[in-house]
Amino acid sequence: MPNKEVLLKVSNLKTYFPVKVPFRIGKRSVLKAVDDISLNLYKGETLGIVGESGSGKSTLGRTILKLVEPTDGEIIFEGQHLEKLKSKALQVHRNQMQMIFQDPFGSLNPRMRIEKIIEEPIKMHTTLTKSERKKRVVELIEKVGLSEEALKKLPHEFSGGQRQRIGIARALAINPKLIIADEPVSALDVSIQSQVLNLLLDLQDEFELTYLFISHDLSVIKHISDRVAVMYLGRIVEIATKDSLYANPLHPYTKALLSAIPVVNFDQKREEIPITGELPSPVDPPVGCAFHQRCPFAMEKCKQNRPLLKEVNDQQQVACFLYEEKEKKENTVSSMVQV
Amino acid sequence: MKSSTVENNKQKDVLLEVNDLRIYFDINRKKVAKAVDGVDFSIHKGETVALVGESGSGKSVTSLSVIGLVPMPPGKIISGTIKLEEQELLSLPEKSMRKVRGNDIGMIFQEPMTSLDPVFTIGNQIIESLVYHQRLSKKEARKQAIELLKIVGIANSEKVIDEYPHQLSGGMRQRVMIAIALSNNPKLLIADEPTTALDVTVQSQILKLMLKMKDTFNSSILLITHDMGVVAETADRVLVMYGGQIVEEAAVKELFLNPKHPYTMALLKTMPNLDQNLRRLPSIPGNVPPAHQFPEGCRFADRCEFVMEKCRQVAPELVRISDGHKARCHLPFLKGGEYDAQ
Repeated sequence: MPNKEVLLKVSNLKTYFPVKVPFRIGKRSVLKAVDDISLNLYKGETLGIVGESGSGKSTLGRTILKLVEPTDGEIIFEGQHLEKLKSKALQVHRNQMQMIFQDPFGSLNPRMRIEKIIEEPIKMHTTLTKSERKKRVVELIEKVGLSEEALKKLPHEFSGGQRQRIGIARALAINPKLIIADEPVSALDVSIQSQVLNLLLDLQDEFELTYLFISHDLSVIKHISDRVAVMYLGRIVEIATKDSLYANPLHPYTKALLSAIPVVNFDQKREEIPITGELPSPVDPPVGCAFHQRCPFAMEKCKQNRPLLKEVNDQQQVACFLYEEKEKKENTVSSMVQV
Repeated sequence: MKSSTVENNKQKDVLLEVNDLRIYFDINRKKVAKAVDGVDFSIHKGETVALVGESGSGKSVTSLSVIGLVPMPPGKIISGTIKLEEQELLSLPEKSMRKVRGNDIGMIFQEPMTSLDPVFTIGNQIIESLVYHQRLSKKEARKQAIELLKIVGIANSEKVIDEYPHQLSGGMRQRVMIAIALSNNPKLLIADEPTTALDVTVQSQILKLMLKMKDTFNSSILLITHDMGVVAETADRVLVMYGGQIVEEAAVKELFLNPKHPYTMALLKTMPNLDQNLRRLPSIPGNVPPAHQFPEGCRFADRCEFVMEKCRQVAPELVRISDGHKARCHLPFLKGGEYDAQ
């Protein structure tokens, strides 16, 4: 990272949803979508959030924007606490953060012309005059690689990739500092995917944007991120710089995720970490480490206690007992050396 | 291992043969979408063939036509034959087609939630197919259904058989779909993006299961996908589709190591890859041309980096390059010789 200025700090964030238990009237349970997450987002970086469906990655993104109310914890954007703010006071800070959605078909109003779609946030958040707004809209549409003629059209006249470009133009309209992109390329074809990823990278360079990039696709995450956080059942199990995470994954779940990606390699088979089963329900998560039922290295300890996120080296933090043991041993060794 | 199976297949019989298939859709009185426009291919017994392409390339319509599920109208079969062993499928009346569908040909679709009926239990849906095609009694069929669920890796199958689709997770539903597809021991299994809606860890389990099932039942698979990684790990042979036509056909290793068509090359380059460290990904400019306004010449011409004058006027034919390798391109390096443009 070039400069370590914190743009967004999230600490002990929790988002719980009440759920009804089927067939039992009156009984209620809690779904812990985001369960005690703390992270820092530095200015100008891209933090990738990766996880399977149900891991809580989208809820995390939405909670940071306060599209979902957090149950507990702090969201600090540029030194300002957002978690307690309500509508009007929040609006001032909201224009610093924008979101790009997954579905380019559902996130654009089908009855609005592109011009209006991009102009709307400018109208909401700034005091620009009509002609200034118009100029800005033209500038934006060209920035995302579409021509001015596109402004007079309706969303259905565009392909998926073009719609995603329009969504990006809308997000950029009010010069945000942070963009939360929730699976922005998952609905696109591979050849179009890379166009949109390249566009996001170019815009980041030009406007010094900070991205929180949510995706289930490890190869896409690798391409765009500086740091990566792996989520499992509402928690971060590993967070590291991109290079160390992909070269040397520590958490068994990260290892399994990486080894499950189908690769084009006819000469040698990648070592595969066999994991069975699927993500357990977040309504009734397992006691102890959430991953222990699927983990090939599970120990007795993992069934009772929950491992916390701990620093293993200066690039990697992992929540796994396997490394705590090692760390203890190494610590004793290193303290002896220091003496 | 894979190349030897391809060699063996030459002696083995052809299971499915598609010739000059053309399926058009009427959009309105003036526009006609040429979804599938002159497709020829064959699948041998015991072989896994992958059909690759972007959305709008015609891969799903091709697979639907094999099982006779293209909606007509608006679809129209303009020409072609589809032969399963000796039986011609395109001209088969609906009643006989129902016997083929689910019996000789099994299907797995992308979205397991919408392809299972939400108001019937899992058991009901498997039993229905067993009773219809194998004339088993309900009791026998139930027993076999439990057995099938066990084979596809559902642990507590006695319980799951009486559950409804919404009670299962995506991966479990896809396992149920595979159980139904395989219930009558089909000769051909058509899997249309079977793992696209699933998570990676579940995807690898499902793909392994499909290949294992293929070996146990000695069937063939037509795998429709857009994921080149999945293709590399599962297929024996690959057909690349673009604009309603097959643009390249080769054994899987040959296709990845020695692609001939510029579209295949571009597709392989644009794949986000775990082993590369590039700041910018190579990308293919532009979009797939819509099926109602294909250009006169080569359909890829507008996006091709090697485009020549000839490409805009004359549509290229699918030509043989070497044994089992065909490509639809005017480029001179296609006439034998190694690819050396760069």
